[in-house]
Amino acid sequence: MSSRFSPGDRVRVRLAFPSGHIRTPFYARGKRGVVERICGAFANPEELAFARDGLPERPLYRIRFAQRELWPNYDGVAHDTVDIEIFEHWLEPDHD
Amino acid sequence: MTDAHAPHAHRPDQDGPLTYYQVMEEAVRELLIEKDLFNADDVRAAVEAMDARSPAVGAKVVARAWCDPDFKERLLADGTAACEELGIEMGTLRLVVVENEARLHNVIVCTLCSCYPRNLLGLPPDWYKQRAYRSRVVREPRAVLREFGTEIPDDWTLRVHDSTADMRYMVLPARPAGTEGWPEEKLAELVTRDCMIGVTLPKAP
Repeated sequence: MSSRFSPGDRVRVRLAFPSGHIRTPFYARGKRGVVERICGAFANPEELAFARDGLPERPLYRIRFAQRELWPNYDGVAHDTVDIEIFEHWLEPDHD
Repeated sequence: MTDAHAPHAHRPDQDGPLTYYQVMEEAVRELLIEKDLFNADDVRAAVEAMDARSPAVGAKVVARAWCDPDFKERLLADGTAACEELGIEMGTLRLVVVENEARLHNVIVCTLCSCYPRNLLGLPPDWYKQRAYRSRVVREPRAVLREFGTEIPDDWTLRVHDSTADMRYMVLPARPAGTEGWPEEKLAELVTRDCMIGVTLPKAP
């Protein structure tokens, strides 16, 4: 499997709102995080949901987000995080 | 509802009509049985096997990891393969084990539905499937854990894991102090379902 991102890469989740069966939670869209690991390649759930084969398989990542990136008024401590599984086609490089 | 015969609390009988999906499940099941793809006893046995899974399976994995550093390393590298080593039937489950370390606590959730490592922990508790837990634990995890009686100090990192796609998660809690030399079976008794979800810590010895 070739994957576009590597652990440690800074990425941004696409800010998009397509209809259908989407596994990218709304609270992560448009947010910046870091690749924690590559989970492998999996059939695309957005296609599987409509009884199609979901192929080719898509790389799946675990992205680590700072809580304060997800929730600017997060009331816990600054080092708290959330890890979320995100498919590659929902990620873009974060160059900022 | 009042019931003169039963002063204790009980769930009302389910006398309402079947829902759309209940009707669909029955129709599909009956059709598949009629087509000889499986029989009614296969369905019953599959339900029985699902109900028989319990957190004791996960507790055994945790206790082994506490006793065997090489196993723990393999478990953290590839949770599925390490559990299969112990003879646990993993099916299609892809397991990621996250370890509680010094000043680091992990907790798992599925905000989209209720994904849960059933092969290791059995059926999820009702609260795990409810919107209150699913929406709040990613937003105010320290407050949620406090409601479970778990206080995470501010100088610890709290790491939430949202199972949004193909992986399932289990927390490997830290081995309680004062358990040096304990056999695996005795250690496993300290490992509860909730500490493998991450809303609490193992029982004190």
